[in-house]
Amino acid sequence: MTVKSTSRARKKAAPGVTDSLRTGKDAPAELVQLLTPEGERVEHPDFPLTVTPDELRSLYRDLVLVRRFDAEATALQRQGELGLWASLLGQEAAQVGSGRAMREKDYAFPTYREHGVAWCRGVDPLNLLGMFRGVNHGGWDPNEKNFHLYTIVIGSQTLHATGYAMGITKDGAEDAVIAYFGDGASSQGDVNEAFTFASVYNAPVVFFCQNNQWAISEPTTNQTKIPLYRRAAGFGFPGVRVDGNDVLACLAVTRWALDHARTGSGPVLIEAFTYRMGAHTTSDDPTRYRATEETEAWKAKDPISRLKAHLEREGLADEEFFAAVDAESETLGLRVREGVRSMPDPDPTLIFDHVYAEPHALVAEERAEYVAYAQSFEGGE
Amino acid sequence: MSKLTMSKAINEGLRNCLETDPKTLIMGEDVGKLGGVFRVTDGLQKDFGEDRVIDTPLAESGIVGTAIGLALRGYRPIVEIQFDGFVYPAFDQIVTQLAKMHARALGHIKLPVTIRIPYAGGIGAVEHHSESHEAYFAHTAGLRVVTPSNPDDAYWMLRQSVESDDPVIFLEPKARYWDKAELSAAPALDLHAAKVVRPGTDLTLLAYGPMVKTCLEAATAAEQDGHRIEVVDLRSLSPIDFATLEESVKRTGRAVVVHEAPVFMGMGAELAARLTEKCFYHLEAPVLRVGGYHAPYPPSRVEEQFLPDLDRVLDAVDRALAF
Ligand SMILES: Cc1ncc(C[n+]2csc(CCOP(=O)(O)OP(=O)(O)O)c2C)c(N)n1
Repeated sequence: MTVKSTSRARKKAAPGVTDSLRTGKDAPAELVQLLTPEGERVEHPDFPLTVTPDELRSLYRDLVLVRRFDAEATALQRQGELGLWASLLGQEAAQVGSGRAMREKDYAFPTYREHGVAWCRGVDPLNLLGMFRGVNHGGWDPNEKNFHLYTIVIGSQTLHATGYAMGITKDGAEDAVIAYFGDGASSQGDVNEAFTFASVYNAPVVFFCQNNQWAISEPTTNQTKIPLYRRAAGFGFPGVRVDGNDVLACLAVTRWALDHARTGSGPVLIEAFTYRMGAHTTSDDPTRYRATEETEAWKAKDPISRLKAHLEREGLADEEFFAAVDAESETLGLRVREGVRSMPDPDPTLIFDHVYAEPHALVAEERAEYVAYAQSFEGGE
Repeated sequence: MSKLTMSKAINEGLRNCLETDPKTLIMGEDVGKLGGVFRVTDGLQKDFGEDRVIDTPLAESGIVGTAIGLALRGYRPIVEIQFDGFVYPAFDQIVTQLAKMHARALGHIKLPVTIRIPYAGGIGAVEHHSESHEAYFAHTAGLRVVTPSNPDDAYWMLRQSVESDDPVIFLEPKARYWDKAELSAAPALDLHAAKVVRPGTDLTLLAYGPMVKTCLEAATAAEQDGHRIEVVDLRSLSPIDFATLEESVKRTGRAVVVHEAPVFMGMGAELAARLTEKCFYHLEAPVLRVGGYHAPYPPSRVEEQFLPDLDRVLDAVDRALAF
């Protein structure tokens, strides 16, 4: 049984689970890992990966910059510049690894925490802050970077991703889609419906579950009795559990899964086993439900320090490199800080803009009423 | 052209959509070989293939959610919900996703999804097969909601809905599926225009979907008592063509709104409030409402008592005229 599909033609839905290797309890190695927490490179028979020193350094750079952006946003929330922030701290490797595995024409459907994926897609980080600042509900053009809007209703986007993937099949294109969601979301009907549709229509979609162990205060054990990646078997497609703090493993597994999908072999579920180091959002208080020892234990698996250790151990980067990344991260921080502070409030007529694509009589009428009312005040426009 | 039933007219409309735009798709449960439980999609899969007329898994949220994804990829899905009461599992996708995505993207993306729902009662069905949930959808900004009352409108309004770049909830009055009429060669009206279907001078009956026919019958009956009743078919519930409604009510001075849905918090409440606001000095009587009770849609043996009929409409007409 090979895990690499070489078929270029899109196949009809497979009659059964063809890829039993990673579907059920017989999966050989439960957690795919290519880089140990100590920064040692290990091989996995099913997921070979060759990365050049340049690539390693640029992965490191992405991890650091994404973490810096996230820290800046958390600080901005504390300073009252953002109403809320959902931090990705601890999940950088899962996001950068999977994000970097995508090709340009692949499409990502995120939750509200995929800042690292957005970064890899080339979305301006300031775009992500609009909804948290309250100036819009998303705002960017999803088709510009093939990165859909953040979705807050848990699990909804997995269906949009699947439908989009069904469209790719109809177009006869060789692209793939990746749908992000959390371990909590795995309980939602929509996610399970997405699995069914994707499986039945053999849609080229990779379901990327970041199991960060918590759904606000609820542990994964409140959502499932079995490891999440094994869910895939019941729907008839492969599931893989990857070390979500290992950027190389996330890159290799996602690259494989996207290829599997784009070459006509159907969906894949990846469970990136990771940890949310911070609060769920800036409104959350994890000390109420989570033991410090648990968080400390995960700190030892930090995605950035392990890649740094690897770069140092192999002599692939010197002080100059690390200093340059740090400097770049300072610049990014400054740009984000200044960008948010100078982000203008929208004109209130935004309320009426884009409710519909075509004119709608009621919206037009209420807009006119609003404008007249606003103008009736002195100094009103 | 010969006469067609409403279900056949919609079938013709769907066929035309599939023929003219290769990006249109039909999705739903049993829409393929069976042709839908009302046979509205009869023969379409045979002629356009399983890739265009798609029998979906039994998952309403999945149907609407994947239709959204297909629309994002440039397709124009026409979704069939099997019966009114089964749209609720998809309600989340419709109101939190479909209705809002265009606005959230500041207009960068469009969601041309048409959701066809056979709705309302009067066919002796079991539970969850007779409901009128139009107010939920009309209440949600971002959705357009329309409902034809006759085969000609059904054909043209369907085509206009599918051509719209906005999501449209297309409510099909199932009790009128078997009514027959000729189709006109071109659409007479804009999708969102109301229509005076019977002119009169003494009172305006405002109705849509299944109740238009009932109101026309009531107007004919009232004529024997010497009352000249105007009947206006709303056709569109979001937006509402208030100009046509107000113009009619200002002329007749009296209005009765008739719908099958429960009166409480329903379309009638909106219409009564609006007409009172806009036509206050022209009104000779309060705007009255006739509709369902604040109760679950009843077992079919008593649905005749729940649904507005000729007598209940005429009773309201009498009350309005007595002011
Ligand atoms: C349908 C729905 N229910 C509840 C919420 C409130 N909520 C926001 S995030 C969240 C937890 C989600 O956990 P998980 O899916 O594991 O993702 P994570 O935030 O941990 O990445 C909840 C309950 C929501 N946004 N949507």
